[in-house]
Amino acid sequence: MSEAANSSVVWKGTVASVALLIVFLAAWQWGPGLLRIPPFIIPPLSMVFDEAVRMWHVSGLAFHTGVTAAEVLAGFILGSLLGAFIGYMIGMSPTAEFALSPYILALQIAPKVAFAPLFILWMGFTIYPKILVAILIVFFPVMVNVLTAIRTVDPDLINLARAFKASRAQIFWKIEFPASLPPLFAGLRIGSTLAVVGVVVGELVGGNMGLGYLLSFGEGQANTAMVFVAIVMLTLVGGIAYLLVILIEQRVLHYMPKRAQMGF
Amino acid sequence: MPDLIRLEYRDVTMRFAQSARPLTAVAGVSIAVRDGEVVSLIGPSGCGKSTLLNIGSGLTAPSEGHAFVDGERVEGPNAHVAFMLQKDLLLPWRTVVENVMFGVEIQGIPAAERRRRAQALLENLKLAEFSGHYPHQLSGGMRQRVALARTLAVDPTVLLLDEPFSAVDAQTRMVLQRELAQTLKRAGKTALLITHDLLEAVTLSDRVLVMSRRPGRIIDEIAIDIPDRDEPLKRRLHPKVTDYVNRLMERLDIGTVAA
Repeated sequence: MSEAANSSVVWKGTVASVALLIVFLAAWQWGPGLLRIPPFIIPPLSMVFDEAVRMWHVSGLAFHTGVTAAEVLAGFILGSLLGAFIGYMIGMSPTAEFALSPYILALQIAPKVAFAPLFILWMGFTIYPKILVAILIVFFPVMVNVLTAIRTVDPDLINLARAFKASRAQIFWKIEFPASLPPLFAGLRIGSTLAVVGVVVGELVGGNMGLGYLLSFGEGQANTAMVFVAIVMLTLVGGIAYLLVILIEQRVLHYMPKRAQMGF
Repeated sequence: MPDLIRLEYRDVTMRFAQSARPLTAVAGVSIAVRDGEVVSLIGPSGCGKSTLLNIGSGLTAPSEGHAFVDGERVEGPNAHVAFMLQKDLLLPWRTVVENVMFGVEIQGIPAAERRRRAQALLENLKLAEFSGHYPHQLSGGMRQRVALARTLAVDPTVLLLDEPFSAVDAQTRMVLQRELAQTLKRAGKTALLITHDLLEAVTLSDRVLVMSRRPGRIIDEIAIDIPDRDEPLKRRLHPKVTDYVNRLMERLDIGTVAA
């Protein structure tokens, strides 16, 4: 694709995106009234906005958002590190992979969020069970991607390094590790959005902090606008986490062809 | 010392334990390549040519017999041999110059020296202005030239080349063949070239060895008596070339056997 055609795609795409957003927000504001949907089912945009301002001053919206964001960050970082570490370990040992694969599969199939009540039983209404659910849910996509990447490194590349008398550590650091970075980042992207899911489920199950708590509090009060505010804030937290991963990815994988990087 | 033998296969047999009955890829092959000589190895697909290359580079051990490089038995990968494949095997996260330095870096040669060697090779192969590019920014022919530079950077005495130019287009191939021929001549390197291209075998080598179908054996040896081994484009036009190619076709039963 030529430079000019490329920038025209970006320009037209941006315009279309912004137009779509305006249409969506307008539909949210006036659609419910036109379709006679009562505000306790779908509150219009302005009502949700007013509720957000009220919550900011009265319900500690900033505090709860901060708690959730911190849990997401902690869960995401720890889950990614653990997933990557185990992925590399298993990837380098075919025996370990063979022995562990049925258990990994079983754990992968088990719905991770179902562990939330268990973790709360163990650790009480603290932030830790929420972080733990996030770790568990982030762990798998990262580990599986790293494992697959290590397993699919071109054997001729390994042979090339071996022919130059590379040690096992050199083969890892000079070939396997850099080759695994693009799939690792693909796993991190998925993990960053899943971390939010893990944290929210944990907060919904028990505790009195975080956006998940506001979500269930709003539900108890039949305050639909409050639920919407919590959903919007959660999307924001997830979106920022995702964006951070993309920014780091673009720095680390700067050598990739530009087109492969484009798009989210 | 023109008669010094750089690369030798002595009665090499290779069997692969494959699903119940073993498969013999190469049977009793003996080859000797003298210092500075370029020898081509041709034969039908699956005749074990690449197996011989792996044995020569020490990546696999033969079932019987031995390979020798510079008179030393090959027991594993060693610094005297370097190989180059059809795939360029460039690392996409390394720039051209960093790719060229890959081998010397592993061998622990000091940074200043490896940079000097890489720069010199990039100059010779007309790649200097691309030294900061990444592989995806290069054409197939340029990538293969970078691979050649990486192979030469470790300063091996013997080069093992496995169809190095079969993935590039015909015109680029001729340019690369010329560059390879001149580089080998200039550096006085010894090379074993595996190829399917009969014309390539004739124009680039001092001798051509013909292998049989599996289990691979050497069935013929043809000395190429044409001057200017470093000028394959000139050699191409030599009247004797057709005779050599015809003889190779005959030996390989091309024309009488279904592909």
